[in-house]
Amino acid sequence: MRRGISLVAVLGVMALIAAACSNNSSSSGESGTSTSTLSYDASAQGEGELNLVAWPLYAEKDVTGPFESATGCTVNVKEANTSDEMVNLMSQGGGTQYDGVSASGDASLRLIASGLVAPVNVDSFDDFGNVMDSLQAPAHNTVNGVHYGVPYVWGPNILMYNSDVVSPAPKSWDVTFEPQINGQANPYAGKITGYDSPIFIADAAMYLMAHQPDLGISDPYELTSDQLDAAIDLLKQQNGLVSKYWNVWSDEVDAFESGDMVAGTAWPANQNVLISDDKVNVGSVTPSEGVTGWADTWMMSSNAPHPNCMLAWMNYTLSDKVQAATAYTFGATPSVTTACQGLKQNLIAGYGKEVGTNAYPLYRCGDDSYLSSIYLWKTPVPDCGNGQSDCTDYNTWTQKWFEVRGQ
Amino acid sequence: MATTSVAPSGARRPFTRRASAFLFRHRGVQLTFTLGPTLSWMVVIYLFSLVVLLISSFWTLNPLTAQVEHTWSLKNYQTILHGSVYWRVTLRTVLLAAAVTVTDVLLAFPLSYYAARMASPRVRNALLFAVVMPLWANYLVKVFAWKTMLAGGGPLDAFLGIFGWHPAVGTSIYAVWLTLSYIWLPYVILPILAAFERVPFSYLEASSDLGARSGRTFRKIVMPLVMPGVVAASIFSFSLTLGDYLAVSLVGKTLLLGNLIDQLAGGTANNKPLAAALAMIPLVIMAIYLLVARALHAFEAL
Repeated sequence: MRRGISLVAVLGVMALIAAACSNNSSSSGESGTSTSTLSYDASAQGEGELNLVAWPLYAEKDVTGPFESATGCTVNVKEANTSDEMVNLMSQGGGTQYDGVSASGDASLRLIASGLVAPVNVDSFDDFGNVMDSLQAPAHNTVNGVHYGVPYVWGPNILMYNSDVVSPAPKSWDVTFEPQINGQANPYAGKITGYDSPIFIADAAMYLMAHQPDLGISDPYELTSDQLDAAIDLLKQQNGLVSKYWNVWSDEVDAFESGDMVAGTAWPANQNVLISDDKVNVGSVTPSEGVTGWADTWMMSSNAPHPNCMLAWMNYTLSDKVQAATAYTFGATPSVTTACQGLKQNLIAGYGKEVGTNAYPLYRCGDDSYLSSIYLWKTPVPDCGNGQSDCTDYNTWTQKWFEVRGQ
Repeated sequence: MATTSVAPSGARRPFTRRASAFLFRHRGVQLTFTLGPTLSWMVVIYLFSLVVLLISSFWTLNPLTAQVEHTWSLKNYQTILHGSVYWRVTLRTVLLAAAVTVTDVLLAFPLSYYAARMASPRVRNALLFAVVMPLWANYLVKVFAWKTMLAGGGPLDAFLGIFGWHPAVGTSIYAVWLTLSYIWLPYVILPILAAFERVPFSYLEASSDLGARSGRTFRKIVMPLVMPGVVAASIFSFSLTLGDYLAVSLVGKTLLLGNLIDQLAGGTANNKPLAAALAMIPLVIMAIYLLVARALHAFEAL
């Protein structure tokens, strides 16, 4: 008995050490260097299995089922609720655990910088030509002209409000940030919400871009320490108005339904859930300051155990049907323009003719000018993109975020 | 059977007999089998993790690649010392743990006294059952129940609404205090109850024979005897609150030490070295607490 337990313990320790070592070797061996670009080859034999890290609802059975029968690759999905969780999962075991990830822009650059994801030849995929112009080579997944994945779906972080309580409909994010509006106390104080992640600092920076131009913010993800401090001060001020921050979508849905929240940042998916629950009336706007948002990319691990299945999956996710299905399930917008009609049909089939037809324009499907107006999530890095490297990095953002949340 | 037991050759005796004889002669092996599994669990899993935690708190994170760099430095501790937010959150966590502990002791004391000294055996068992029963329910279920009760439009909000008052309790620190006080209450009642039951009746009789009234007996005899049990009970509610991070993320909107550690270690930042350094704070607080508790003879009451 004793020998058995100590043997298990020794094995466990060895596994830990092995994991730590392989972590090291992969990071030192591959960071910065671009290994050979991988191409999709329809005739390549699949490895029979595919392990994915994905946002909830991103790889549902109705999407994975046809893929499994067409390619023989059994799909195992590990759901992750935050970008940070995704980065963690992808670095496990030196990146040999999972084949690919549906990374948002605040994760993708970190994955690229640490050499965890592989460059791919996007022209080898059948439907890449249908991808919207602004997603052909976006900064969150293309570095120095090298592509690290294919776009999946995207969406904005809209201002959602309880339309029975909040009237008139807000036009600015000021209802979520300012204790005083036009000399009057903010009537929604104590019922505001914010997104519980350091990346939400960018929403405050975007608000400051419009309201304090003398700070000189040109990109809400590239902040000097003075600009970051100004954003943090604004968020601390907002903290006094916030009822609760949301991190998982159900937190926001529950609190809107209980009345504890009446206005704040939201994913269109959350609004869809509230509309179909039909317990409170909600509306949403794109405020005058603009919106942040996310565009997700299927990326492939540089040490993927099943590379052919992963490349086949990336090819498959660009098809109209898959994009329209996931866009409908998640409440996001497809990246390929040819999926718009399918999304509209799914909405009508799911919500009925009237609600579905009214909901469709909210998705801004194929609207390149809207998409390019969104400040898409990307990882803050010291390099400001203008040759200077005096910007604050994500680690600093995290610690500053604690000052907001822990006050 | 009889023939085997008297057979002169050891080889033909049943295995169990031979094994017990062997163990009787070799006390070291006997100890290995009885204490070994538990001890090796404690040493390997528990102490080893603590050592790993301590070591990794001296490493640092490369901000660009988000990889841990294995070079020794005190940077994490400097970050904690200079970051006012860490002090503020530590203070809040300790105050909350103290508030929960005081609340639980105040609730547990009269109930334990009644159950141990005044109730009939049947009532006592019924009370004991009522105290222990919530332990059968999952922690998360209980937290979600409190979340529902304290949320806007919930029972508490509806009740206070009668007086035209809607104080948004569900997202305040008071919600966390209420929830944790409820959840840890059984762990506080049981040691105090046991302490009351250990007070011998003869002491109370002797006290009253010597002319002490009940109030004086309680202060001079019962309290000193029960105190170690109260301190022992407080260890549970204090340490459990100090390490909690789930309840506060479901009810309330603030952060406790556990949330900072959780978000640094995985959820948000993947800065495991800083998380490890931060985890030293509750460890040190609990070490001091346990030393004080030992000085108050709390461990003899457990």
